[in-house]
Amino acid sequence: MRVSRWLADRWVMIVALLVLGYLALPILVVAALSFNRPSSRLSYDFNEFTLDNWRQPCATSDMCDAVVRSVQIGFIATVVATVLGTLMAFALVRHRFRGRSGINVLIFLPMATPELVMGTSLLALFVSAGVPQGFWTIVIAHVMFCVSFVVVTVKARLAGMDRRLEEAAMDLYASEWQTFQRITLPLVLPGIVAAALLAFSLSFDDFIITNFNAGTTVTFPMYVWGAAQRGIPPQVNVIGTAMFAVALLLVGLSSLRGRRARRANLLAGPATPARRSS
Amino acid sequence: MTLLAPTGAGHPPAAPPAARSGRRRLLPYLLLLPGAAWLLIFFGVPLLQLAAASLYDPSGSLSTGYAMTWAVGNYPDVVQAYWPQFLRSFGYAGLALVLALLLGYPLAYAIAQKAGRWKNLLLVCVVAPMFTSFLVRTLAWKTILSDNGALVGLLRDVHLLAPDGRLLATPFAVVLGLTYNFLPFLVLPLYASLERLDHRLLEAATDLYASPVQAFRRVTLPLSMPGLVAGTLLFFIPASGDYINAELLGSPNEYMIGNVIDSAFLVRLDYPQGAALSFLLMAAILAVVFGYLRRAGTEEVL
Repeated sequence: MRVSRWLADRWVMIVALLVLGYLALPILVVAALSFNRPSSRLSYDFNEFTLDNWRQPCATSDMCDAVVRSVQIGFIATVVATVLGTLMAFALVRHRFRGRSGINVLIFLPMATPELVMGTSLLALFVSAGVPQGFWTIVIAHVMFCVSFVVVTVKARLAGMDRRLEEAAMDLYASEWQTFQRITLPLVLPGIVAAALLAFSLSFDDFIITNFNAGTTVTFPMYVWGAAQRGIPPQVNVIGTAMFAVALLLVGLSSLRGRRARRANLLAGPATPARRSS
Repeated sequence: MTLLAPTGAGHPPAAPPAARSGRRRLLPYLLLLPGAAWLLIFFGVPLLQLAAASLYDPSGSLSTGYAMTWAVGNYPDVVQAYWPQFLRSFGYAGLALVLALLLGYPLAYAIAQKAGRWKNLLLVCVVAPMFTSFLVRTLAWKTILSDNGALVGLLRDVHLLAPDGRLLATPFAVVLGLTYNFLPFLVLPLYASLERLDHRLLEAATDLYASPVQAFRRVTLPLSMPGLVAGTLLFFIPASGDYINAELLGSPNEYMIGNVIDSAFLVRLDYPQGAALSFLLMAAILAVVFGYLRRAGTEEVL
């Protein structure tokens, strides 16, 4: 009995590690290929080790232009979507109003609709309205699909917040604006930052919706898509590896900060506020 | 100011209660307005436009313009022309879902219940693939499954694959890619459900002479249902509408409905046909989702 349970425990963990290996394998391949000198333009096989791709990541200049454009679009779309989504999250968590269920459906639907349908329907709208497609239609599309994710993320943070902290500030004669600025905003900020990071990564990596609304504008995913037909420059893998490294660094830093904050809380004594029971 | 000033002298200059509560009542709508307007104009209206476009006269073209003729016949036409791709989309997505459940359930369970202090690290490993570009990752599979690659060589040596057999450009490659790309969407909600699972319930089941299989079927599985339902939907919806894996890892023989819609809009410029296909895809997915939700019996997901 005990032996079989021991085996059962290990069995699950071993399968889990194998699956994680399956998830990690392509990343390792991307990293390896970033050091590859391919034998031909259309070859996907590892040929010869080289540092050239990392030394000259912009040897194919269209690719770097596309990366810059993706960052610009991601930045604008993130700012707009984060502002719109945060306002909506405040309305949903902090206020009672008529039409709440309608608004919830409006926020939920874009997350449940296939990207293909959103992309083609926006294309149909832009074409019938005679809007030329390009940079700004991509931004509009990206804001649209990011807003819902921002709302959900910020809402989760707001709902878990202790309202008594704000009440205490008001009792101490802080005005509504002061309370918001000094208490509410700092407490919600981690949620807003997380939402913004999520929005940026969704925007930066989006292909399907962008593909239908880009006109002749080329973002990084669209560049990769086009290059897949003509032959992929190995620098694409440099960008892929660098993206991975930056994201990993951000996660590492935030968990480090979280740990330090928790330790500081412990030192500050047992005055951690009890969760508001909702 | 003078009109609104309270009669009592020396009163603090606060807004009169009526005006204040009026503004309070308006405030949520003001907060909602920009975001809701954006979603209505760029998500809601386009869906109507797509519905309209699916009923345009199919003999029109982009340059001459389309006439609205309520051409309901577009729908039977596209079904007749593209039902194999429709079936293939749901077949591949369904197959990938089964595979993802076989791989993802043990993974979510291990992280939630067995990982201890490694929990956060393993969770990062689950989302790590999403740190790099979707397309670059999918192209990496092209290297892994390549005809000259180690995997194909091994399979040929042990005669699991014919000497000229390939993995690329087969349904296998497409299903493998779909499974890989959407697995994290299945694992994360499943993890969230399993993490809340009280281990004592399992111990109680074992104490009452349940075999591990019985304990799993009667305790673990029912309690993980909300995560399972949410995860399967988050997996299935994007997987059935995907065409990147079919394009990069498959061949035209593996094309899914997404490939057809892509080429209808961007290559053939046949908007009525593309719009009808898009709408059918959405209807089919909604039908699958609601049928599934009714059978799974969990409304809390929505």
